[in-house]
Amino acid sequence: MNLKRLSKISYMSLIYGFLYFPILILIIYSFNDSKYSFAWKGFTLNWYHQLLDNQELLEVALNSLIVAVVSASVATLIGTLTAVALYRYHFFGKKVLYGLIYILIMSPEIVMGISLLILFIALSMPLGFWTLLLSHITFCIPFVVITVFGRLSGFNKAIIEAAKDLGASEFATFRLVVLPMLMPAVIAGWLLSFTLSMDDVIISFFVTGPNFQLLPLKIYSMVKLGVKPEINALSTIMFVITLIMVIIAQSLLREKK
Amino acid sequence: MRANHLFSFKWFSAGLIWFWLGLFVLVPLLMLLTASFLQRGETEFVKFAFTLENYQRIFNPIYLDVFWNSFYLAAMTTLFCLLLGYPFAFLLARVTGKYKHLLLLFVIIPFWTSSLIRTYAMVIILKTNGVMNSFLQWLGLIQEPIQLLYTPAAVVVGLVYSLLPFMVLPLYATIEKLDMRLIEAAKDLGARNVRIFWSIIIPLTMPGIIAGSMLVFLPALGMFYIPDLLGGAKALLIGNLIQNQFLSARDWPFGAAVSIILVLVMSLLLVLYYFSILRNSNNRDKVGL
Amino acid sequence: MSDLVIELKQVCKSFDSIAILKNIDLEIKKGEFLTLLGPSGCGKTTILRLLAGFETPSSGTVLINGEDMLKIEPEDRHINTVFQSYALFPHMSVFDNVAFGPKIRGVPKVEISTQVMEALRMVKLEHLADRKPAQLSGGQQQRVAIARAVVNKPLVLLLDEPLSALDYKLRKEMQIELKQLQRRLGITFIFVTHDQEEALSMSDRIAVMNAGRIEQLGTPKNIYESPNSLFVARFVGESNILAGEVIKVDDDCVEMRLENKIISLKNTKNFQVSQSVNLLLRPEDLHVYDEEEGIPQEPYLHGIIEEVIYKGTTVDLLIRLDSGKQIAATQFFNEDDPKLDFRMGERVFAGWLEGWEVLLPSEAAENSIPLSP
Repeated sequence: MNLKRLSKISYMSLIYGFLYFPILILIIYSFNDSKYSFAWKGFTLNWYHQLLDNQELLEVALNSLIVAVVSASVATLIGTLTAVALYRYHFFGKKVLYGLIYILIMSPEIVMGISLLILFIALSMPLGFWTLLLSHITFCIPFVVITVFGRLSGFNKAIIEAAKDLGASEFATFRLVVLPMLMPAVIAGWLLSFTLSMDDVIISFFVTGPNFQLLPLKIYSMVKLGVKPEINALSTIMFVITLIMVIIAQSLLREKK
Repeated sequence: MRANHLFSFKWFSAGLIWFWLGLFVLVPLLMLLTASFLQRGETEFVKFAFTLENYQRIFNPIYLDVFWNSFYLAAMTTLFCLLLGYPFAFLLARVTGKYKHLLLLFVIIPFWTSSLIRTYAMVIILKTNGVMNSFLQWLGLIQEPIQLLYTPAAVVVGLVYSLLPFMVLPLYATIEKLDMRLIEAAKDLGARNVRIFWSIIIPLTMPGIIAGSMLVFLPALGMFYIPDLLGGAKALLIGNLIQNQFLSARDWPFGAAVSIILVLVMSLLLVLYYFSILRNSNNRDKVGL
Repeated sequence: MSDLVIELKQVCKSFDSIAILKNIDLEIKKGEFLTLLGPSGCGKTTILRLLAGFETPSSGTVLINGEDMLKIEPEDRHINTVFQSYALFPHMSVFDNVAFGPKIRGVPKVEISTQVMEALRMVKLEHLADRKPAQLSGGQQQRVAIARAVVNKPLVLLLDEPLSALDYKLRKEMQIELKQLQRRLGITFIFVTHDQEEALSMSDRIAVMNAGRIEQLGTPKNIYESPNSLFVARFVGESNILAGEVIKVDDDCVEMRLENKIISLKNTKNFQVSQSVNLLLRPEDLHVYDEEEGIPQEPYLHGIIEEVIYKGTTVDLLIRLDSGKQIAATQFFNEDDPKLDFRMGERVFAGWLEGWEVLLPSEAAENSIPLSP
């Protein structure tokens, strides 16, 4: 193996190592039978058990789950329709919409967070479940649009024409032909939205209310108080869930049409 | 099912997205802009009186310091991400074979997983009795644990750690599209690798560089929880400032003004981005690609 | 009651101010097999799309069964298309693909089954009803596309270069099958192709198109034997084109000077003296004689064989005329001349039966002949 190749492989391994090392440490120590020390004291599932006993945490986790499932679903619905509309039709402000979607993905979340806060206060909406839901849907939509639109771009236009040629209306074409073919991308969009929602800190930070806590925010406040093994366990669980979702989403997007 | 012209699928889907984005993105943004020109209210959040004092306050040395500090840290982060990420993206794009999608997946995973958790993992490593210190001691490089956490360096490391995938992915996308024939042509004409890199590869991948930089620089300014966890009370970056003004100091107009500055920075970068794309496509037309 | 199923009246179509179709007038009869023939970019596919409803004319009228189609969407027209890429729905089985049209129209389930199986039987695919398109060969996918279209018993079937993706042998088979299918169904077929052999073998009438205009509309025999322009002559079959000038006109005879010879032919097109003309001779119409065999009775040209190309059923000869121009002649092996034996450098006569030539007035500029893209 020549030097050039070796250095290339080393470099890439180094970067991959950098990316994953801290997480691996986190996961390993969630099984470490030691409260404060970092020396390995034995394998234990203690911290995970403690998590399950923690009523408050479970409730917060459930909150996050509900918000994630609902926002992912609504965002996927709106996002898919948007992607199809962008692909199929010419309408007023289409180019602007395009740009807006991309800008939304690029924009710093803090700006979105506080501007939404201002909106909700101006509308006199109590901060809590509904404001969280609306906000999460909003920041998930662009990702669904991009995911679904990406799949649509490779579409054989003739197939849509064939459906119309055979007598199908716009909606029937969408329902019977386009949507089934888009399903993998739609599901991938849902999964990615789910992870985005579950993991969101910044926007949720601003639009949540005192009566409704989300998991990432709970973790945030816990972490500020210091490192604890329960947090390790909790983080590991969240990481693994997200990991699974992303892997499934990616394999769906990779499928040959 | 025949759709009549009043309810048409096309108008429904187009209308829906415009309604949603209009209400939840455009209107709030306008409100933000408006708020930045208002005065702070006593009992309520704002008082409807026009003022420029929020923007004037930004020029107060204390705040200018914060801005300067933030831009500096964010720039450092972006630079490191670029230095680390570009070679990585380049190598990744050139990989052939069946493992490529797996390698790509391993970059995408950190992209989607919670950066809060990953920052927390960084805390574990950098804390006084943490992994890094233990490791350095074990190596014999230091006798006692050193202060790694709660330093500007820690913030940069944390930011780079969180945002590196955000640099790699756009770079990868652009580098993948690079037409290798151009490089072959340059080699054929006698250019050395270094020359090829600077005169051909960098300009052609500029859109990716700018996109990646945007995806790193802007969040670096705004992700308040990273400086909060890794830099402690000392680190006051733009993100923390905004958060602070909105939740503790309850000076919404000022917070809004600072946010608008962020938006302006983003707009500037966007303009740069489109400009680079335009330049690239012009060049392509001229070269006959 | 008109027997015209389609009428195009002064139809023009432009994209981004580039004119694709220029004043197209076309009448298509019920039950006929009409082919739109022409090179890429001539507008033939655009006409198809106009008929299907995927494009609207920039000006002019499209009538189907006498009805103006201006405001009528593709899904509301009694026309079906067989797409070049087949465009089968990948997530549906062959059966469901074919059943799509009837299902949309609300045909009862039991009847759908009957109709679909009948259509599949017609294309000999009834045993593959449960397969998905990805599991079929190109030829089979093609037949599914046809079945999917004809099951709806449309007024007109539009076929957009449906055979272009098939290999030669399969193509020939499908050409015959399509022709038989059309006869059996009695549906009007409008077929688009750039392959002139295909057009000649399948069509009742051919519309030869060039740069947005219909150059000639006629039966295959008409088009082949009496092309009315250089473009048609060149595009359909091979043709030698010789330039000449009329020097004398009689009642029914015209004398012209071309290739340093004086040739006398029938005056079929009312030529005038000193008019420039083109003489078109198909290679297969030329008889090539040895010099020793004596001067032929028919009109002829004089030259030397430059190239002999053996092609199995024929021998192609490239002859350099005394005037310097090169012409091609195709000789068939047959009982009259078992000894077809030509050598390079031989001096020969190339003659033809009077009347088998085509005389055309000279065309203004060579831009009527398209450059191949």
